[in-house]
Amino acid sequence: MQISMTVNGSDVTSEIEPRVLLVHYIREVLGLTGTHWGCDTSNCGTCVVLMDGQPVKSCTVLAAMAAGHDIRTVEGLATGGTLDPVQQGFMEEHGLQCGFCTPGMMLTARALLDKNPHPDDAEIRQAISGQICRCTGYATIVRSVQWAAAHPAGPGLDDAPATGHSAGTGLDGTDTAVPDVAAEIEDTEVKA
Amino acid sequence: MTLIHDRQSNPAAGDEDRPIGYGRIQRKEDPRFVRGKGHYLDDIVLPGMLHGAILRAPVAHAKLVSIDTTNALAHPKVVAVITGKDLLGLKLAWAPTLSADVQAVLVTDKVRFQGQEVAFVVAEDRYAARDALELIDVEYDVLPPLVDARKALDADAPVIRDEIEGRTDNRIFDWEMGDKAETDAVFASADVVVSQEVVYPRVHPAPMETCGAVADFDAVNGKLTLYETTQAPHAHRTLFAIVAGIPEHKIRIVSPDIGGGFGNKVGIYPGYILAVVGSIVSGRPVKWVEDRSENLMSTSFARDYIMQGEIAATRDGKILALRTHVLADHGAFNATAQPTKNPAGFFSIFTGSYDLLAAHCSVTGVYTNKAPGGVAYACSFRVTEAVYLVERMVDILARKLDMDPAELRLKNFIKPEQFPYANKTGWVYDSGNYEAAMRLSMQLAGYEDLRREQAEKRERGELMGIGVSFFTEVVGAGPRKHFDIVGLGMADGAELRVHPTGKAVVRISVQSQGQGHETTFAQIVAEELGIPPEDIDVVHGDTDQTPFGLGTYGSRSTPVSGGAVALVARKVREKAKLIAGAMLETRPEDLEWEKGRWFVKGDPSAGKTIAEIAMAAHGTMTLPEGVDGNLDAEVTYDPPNLTFPFGAYICVVDIDPGTGQVKVRRFIAVDDCGTRINPMIIEGQVHGGLTDGVGMALMEIIEFDADGNCLGGSFMDYLIPTAMEVPDWETGFTVTPSPHHPIGAKGIGESATVGSPPAIVNAVVDALAPFGVTHMDMPCTPARVWAAMQGRARPPI
Repeated sequence: MQISMTVNGSDVTSEIEPRVLLVHYIREVLGLTGTHWGCDTSNCGTCVVLMDGQPVKSCTVLAAMAAGHDIRTVEGLATGGTLDPVQQGFMEEHGLQCGFCTPGMMLTARALLDKNPHPDDAEIRQAISGQICRCTGYATIVRSVQWAAAHPAGPGLDDAPATGHSAGTGLDGTDTAVPDVAAEIEDTEVKA
Repeated sequence: MTLIHDRQSNPAAGDEDRPIGYGRIQRKEDPRFVRGKGHYLDDIVLPGMLHGAILRAPVAHAKLVSIDTTNALAHPKVVAVITGKDLLGLKLAWAPTLSADVQAVLVTDKVRFQGQEVAFVVAEDRYAARDALELIDVEYDVLPPLVDARKALDADAPVIRDEIEGRTDNRIFDWEMGDKAETDAVFASADVVVSQEVVYPRVHPAPMETCGAVADFDAVNGKLTLYETTQAPHAHRTLFAIVAGIPEHKIRIVSPDIGGGFGNKVGIYPGYILAVVGSIVSGRPVKWVEDRSENLMSTSFARDYIMQGEIAATRDGKILALRTHVLADHGAFNATAQPTKNPAGFFSIFTGSYDLLAAHCSVTGVYTNKAPGGVAYACSFRVTEAVYLVERMVDILARKLDMDPAELRLKNFIKPEQFPYANKTGWVYDSGNYEAAMRLSMQLAGYEDLRREQAEKRERGELMGIGVSFFTEVVGAGPRKHFDIVGLGMADGAELRVHPTGKAVVRISVQSQGQGHETTFAQIVAEELGIPPEDIDVVHGDTDQTPFGLGTYGSRSTPVSGGAVALVARKVREKAKLIAGAMLETRPEDLEWEKGRWFVKGDPSAGKTIAEIAMAAHGTMTLPEGVDGNLDAEVTYDPPNLTFPFGAYICVVDIDPGTGQVKVRRFIAVDDCGTRINPMIIEGQVHGGLTDGVGMALMEIIEFDADGNCLGGSFMDYLIPTAMEVPDWETGFTVTPSPHHPIGAKGIGESATVGSPPAIVNAVVDALAPFGVTHMDMPCTPARVWAAMQGRARPPI
């Protein structure tokens, strides 16, 4: 059968078997391997993508069901060369180790922040509760999402760093000084 | 050695004082992972690649009567169907395990566990391969299964490994450590002896990425390139040479980005071998990736130890001796990945952190009709089981003596001045300051306040528990003369090249599964040579690109490979000194080293940086006699001893008296892993292990029914903690460097997995003390907790 959808802002049309899962369509037909597969039973959430802005587990969505919808994967998180604050936050706060669950976690975080720009920790935990991370123990993921909430326009753009330290400088291909996170979160809370 | 914390004391410091080596820096691997550009096994697509799928046995124990593959072969997209009979012809039906046993690659005679590999389909695509599995007709003659390890040695137990000539029972090994007579004598005269059966149930590492392989056999050159989810690429290369008969120089193992390992990706699984056979048979690359059920039901499980513990003490709380007998369920094949001379791993560290008069342990390993494995899930070669046993026994003793469990531990710790400390089972602990860690943990927790809060809540009938555990790990195997895996000594290599412009590449034999090796090992070189970490490329996971070594498991990367990397950098530094001497026209012994440059003693302005020396080394100047024209070096590090990280953990739980639901309210973890290279990465390792602990203590178990059916075969049945089940971790640290390690580092990868389960169970049992509960086996599920509250001295509230 023929299906068409929007993936990361581009229109795609493909001829597929009706039974093809969205996760396999994204990975194997479109070649977007940032979306992972982990369990088959909708429990682990490594396959989460955004469908019309809502997180869905793409291992339990048929590609045919996504036809006509707007799909966003991890490859669509950065705009131009600029990382989404969520991506930056995961690097700043060590929100990932092996990186396998990370794309799904970041997309859920993006959907949460779009709805609720200043979630508390419990709301973040609730939002990612359908996803499993075996490496991080979740606390650093919560901190990563809080970092993104505190830096809606990314590092160094929405607010000037109060103090600087050298952590991470240059490792992501930029020379952006990394701001002092604790000081900035505190600032934001005052503003809020 | 200057630690980065000292250097960071002045935040306004200029470039000159910029931290170079250790400290919190972002990970070098993260930019690709956050962009979805990691490159995992299933992301590999080769031209003409086929897909494999494994047909697995639906029963636990059965004679294989017949396999009919006719219909599967008739499927238009099926290229090949391989059965055990085909493998017998190729002499590949049985493969050696990492414990000197053999394991069936495909069943030839009988099925020995549910989920065992029966046939392998190779097809044009993933879906067709799965479709064809259903077209294979297999007839089984079902046999009575052996599920309960306690019955494995009964006279009427079915003999699982009857293919081994002369075998009449299910005993794999008997092993003991310590002095039995001495221990028995201490027990006989002790004031107080308490006994408890402590079961560490079967659990599974369940990394988010399952296991898989892509085999690409080049028939023209006879070279096999095997992409694998492996934590030990070099050991796999040697074993594949032995298993498949392919010359070792014609095998290249590539371990790409690994989506979590935790020991699950150490062994060689039948699927890997089948992908190779599929590629040889089809002449095309073959990918095989297991699904989640295959991962949980057939790959390396962890634990499954039934431990009879006994502890002897004086009436006033001086612990005198420990003894235990363990029944170890290894499943249908002895496929545990552990050093040859240690069939029960490092379980003999069960003496823990205490100064004892005597100790003795014995372990009997048995076969059952369950999946093979045993050493996995961040266990540090069975230190997990050992620590759980001793920390439960100490808590039970504390209850018996009516002593505070923290005070009892403090009274019995090995003292700082006793290190190096030889325990009663042959280990020499390198260094430690246990009391300091325990006191810090109690201070961070507000221990006294917690006990007061608990007393008040008990008055109101509320169930609050405080659990303490203290662990000593033994990691970093090891000295090669004592530790090997299938004859391969457990040393690791490192090669370092400094390029003419002063940038560097370090090649290591271990393989990251998320631990951040590309960052940590760059930081070690940076600390030693003064080259910034971002200018150092870390190459790993490709046997054609890296020196030989045994791989990443048992928390051995930093203790062993980290030592290799520090030493290779020092070798380069010494070579640079000779070249700098020639450049500065001075004797090398008149030079002094500081932050990336050699300079003339007493004249700091006369110096040469590593970059200047590197350019000279590759340039046209006449080099000192005996110095090659490069700035490269290589070493293999054979550690003189293991390292002994330790920690003090305190867990606070609340239990819902109506449902038995346990909530971990707080968890305080103080770890000492010696020198700390990247505190951010260390904290991450601790957090992950603590979460494993919550999983094992409260949720995770692989159980079997009486017919041998696996009851934990999916994530709907095998429960893993989410963000809702774990608290915001509270961590602290002390630093007691290892005296023998080149940089004093001890390893941190598994500390929290080892140390946290007893803290949580001790907290649960503590909460249930008003009901007279003195022990509970994991996982402490609501049903088990609720049941433990029934019919006790005090009624449920």
